Amino acid sequence: MMPVPSSVPQPKDDFQEELVIRPLHSGDIYASFQFRTLWETDFMRGNKVSHYRLFPKSLGQVISKFSVRELHISFTQGYWRTMQWGQPFLPSPPGAELWVWFQDSVTDVDGTWKELTNVLSGIFCASLNFIDSTNTVQPSASFKPLGIGNVTDHRFLRYATLPREIVCTENLTPWKKLLPCGSKAGLAVLLKSEKLFHSSFHSQAVHIRPVCQDWQCKTTSWELRQTLNVVFDLHTPGQGKLEWSLFKMFSRTLTEACPLASSSKIYIDITDDPQGEQFEVSPATHLLSQAMVLGDRRTFSVYDLTQQITFGTVRSLNLLIRWKSRDMLRPLLHAERYVAGYGLQTGEIHTLMYNNHPYRSFPVLLLDSVPWYLRLYIHTLTVTSKGKDNKPSYIHYQPSKDRVRPHLLEMLVQLPPNSVTEVTVQFERALLKWTEYTPDPNHGFYVGSSVISSLVPSIVAMDTNSTREQPLFSSFFPCKEESSYFMRVYTEPLLVNLPTPDFSMPYNVICLTCTVVAVGYGSLYNLLTRSFQIEEPSPGLAKRIANIIRKMRGVPPL
Amino acid sequence: FLGEQCCTMKILTLLSLLATHLSASSVNIEENAGQFFSSGHTNNWAVLVCTSRFWFNYRHVANTLSVYRSVKRLGIPDSHIVLMLADDMACNHRNPKPATVFSHKNMELNVYGDDVEVDYRGYEVTVENFLRVLTGRLPPSTPRSKRLLSDDRSNILIYLTGHGGNGFLKFQDSEEISNVELADAFEQMWQKRRYNELLFIIDTCQGASMYERFYSPNLMALASSQVGEDSLSHQPDLAIGVHLMDRYTFYLLEFLEDIHPSSKANMNDLFKVCPKSQCVSTPGHRTDLFLRDPGSALITDFFGSVRKVEITMETINLTEPIQQVDGSVSDGSSVVPPGVHR
Repeated sequence: MMPVPSSVPQPKDDFQEELVIRPLHSGDIYASFQFRTLWETDFMRGNKVSHYRLFPKSLGQVISKFSVRELHISFTQGYWRTMQWGQPFLPSPPGAELWVWFQDSVTDVDGTWKELTNVLSGIFCASLNFIDSTNTVQPSASFKPLGIGNVTDHRFLRYATLPREIVCTENLTPWKKLLPCGSKAGLAVLLKSEKLFHSSFHSQAVHIRPVCQDWQCKTTSWELRQTLNVVFDLHTPGQGKLEWSLFKMFSRTLTEACPLASSSKIYIDITDDPQGEQFEVSPATHLLSQAMVLGDRRTFSVYDLTQQITFGTVRSLNLLIRWKSRDMLRPLLHAERYVAGYGLQTGEIHTLMYNNHPYRSFPVLLLDSVPWYLRLYIHTLTVTSKGKDNKPSYIHYQPSKDRVRPHLLEMLVQLPPNSVTEVTVQFERALLKWTEYTPDPNHGFYVGSSVISSLVPSIVAMDTNSTREQPLFSSFFPCKEESSYFMRVYTEPLLVNLPTPDFSMPYNVICLTCTVVAVGYGSLYNLLTRSFQIEEPSPGLAKRIANIIRKMRGVPPL
Repeated sequence: FLGEQCCTMKILTLLSLLATHLSASSVNIEENAGQFFSSGHTNNWAVLVCTSRFWFNYRHVANTLSVYRSVKRLGIPDSHIVLMLADDMACNHRNPKPATVFSHKNMELNVYGDDVEVDYRGYEVTVENFLRVLTGRLPPSTPRSKRLLSDDRSNILIYLTGHGGNGFLKFQDSEEISNVELADAFEQMWQKRRYNELLFIIDTCQGASMYERFYSPNLMALASSQVGEDSLSHQPDLAIGVHLMDRYTFYLLEFLEDIHPSSKANMNDLFKVCPKSQCVSTPGHRTDLFLRDPGSALITDFFGSVRKVEITMETINLTEPIQQVDGSVSDGSSVVPPGVHR
């Protein structure tokens, strides 16, 4: 290939794809896809970037036009059951979630945020244009940047969720089109919507952030991660071993890696059984890898799709896994939320946070964003652990303003070891104006999930060297210290009923009122104002002619 | 002498035959060429709207998706289709087969497919948004995929389905659009030169009432039933539990499945779709505002995106250098088409 003489060196870009398959304790199977593109370029420079290769152009234009520093958007269908499935590699709340850090050169953050949500709604075919000031908050302590960035002025952070947002093939289609190989080669051929949406949990996300390329952070590059997490449930429970294969899960097998990928790997979690007694994976592989993920050292069988021998003589890879389900490590942090109370006037929100560590306590940051039509009474806020009052060391509360902004409550709570901490707050339901109701108001109104962020103590020493070659699933959250790892847990969204008027009422009232007015008032009016006159019957023809002659003569008529 | 005369006579007859043949074929070429440029449009757009919410209105979403599928198959790209679905049936929790929408109880045809882009979904499908899309009066931050960027040489197909009555169409069980509003919206489009020709198809009860008030030129309208008649649904599926499609659109889909991009079927064939024996209601149509003869309007003029290729004999000079962004100079031998981004 002839080198093209040009004054500007071509920026380096790199694409990696990986799939992690992890059988879960409940018999379900968890598959997590990650596609990462790294590009050494600067969107914020004066020159506009014009030549895109692996990085999708639509997202590059969004970053430069709206001066975005970090963008995280996820679309989730289903709720992650932490107690049955453990911790996910990448947590996400049901519905759509979007949080963005803007560059500090942006002057009007709210205006830029509104335009950004509209553009993203076009790119992902989602109704993100419903994100406005009534469901956007500015967290003061949660959602610190996940990429590099010294500035933590929270004026440039915006967070919003749409718990009602539906995820279906129309969101998957544009997501797949952002990949360099599309859905034509590599791991993305497995992404068939009929199988992916027939699952217990489906979540697709896009994460964009600047990262360091080396230890001293002399060069930075932009990282785009597209992730897809899906949990398939078991259809044929039987005795003995449970069996899964790629073809059964995705109705396709793999034939090649994406030619543009520098690395294309499949990891199968075989930690529970290194000897191979409980587990059976075929075709067998001798490649093993260990990784520190979610506070635990896990062992994985690795299949490298860039090597031709992985596909064998049949030129197709169909992984078959047989295993016996075993006990699961209890997750250290777990949360639930529900609405208590009765009637359509008042209620109470209860959030429970479980610390399952036997002897360590750790602090968690709870973020609650409640819409304005549930008026919270903050003086009734109580935080109790083991029956005793537990005063949070940091509370940030921004009250709501009707039809302008929602409630924002952030608290730093220390969870004692092996305990349940309960946060309760009472609220009153507001009556909306009749034009503000959705077309189906009897369904109820959604309140977005609470977010609990925490540094959880880990059993094994975590790896803090961020530039070493690590599998993608273990390098998403930056690890700053060895003794703990970062975890984010989302609670369930709430569905509350608001007092709903009878929408047929105006029509019925108009009919009834008009009838009453017409019959009642009309009759009365006639009775009072009508006067009666006696009228002669009309005379016969002869009499009429006689009257005419008498008029002509000037004589009074008969 | 006789032989020579005979020969010249033969040659003359041959020549005259050849001449008439040539003139006949040249007339044919001219006729073909004339037909080539007769419709006058250069691009195609489609606005497909389903206005019903709730699971038991599955058939309205299936109606819209089947027209979407046909239109895409015949060549109109996603960037030129504005698809509005008021509710989600494919990933609805009541759907026993997620990510599918079927048109027939045999479940052969998944009209939802694997490559679908819905531009307006859920609560966004309102009368106001629909009229704004038609007239182009959208807020400045609306993305391109949600706009109808047609010009005066666009042929637009508009398909509406849902529950309707005499003179109105119900949106999401909470608001209505009247036939007067629709006629005025089309007049606005005509004044702003937003269409060349417009085909309006409606599949609702008493659908003919919706096109009674049109008064702008170049409109052709089809409806599934006359005023006073109900449009009926086709057949239910016992596994899914609801009616899968409406009769008129079912037979329309059957008709369109036989159309391919080079098909010569015209509008008169479309008027014959779903006679009373199949549809139970009487489909109606209106062509008095359409300036061309409906028999000369091809189905692919509205449902497909058949590009006209104009041959030119002019030469264009490409040897001047074209400056590139990074400062290097190419020899201009590559032609960069005006970009149509994703």
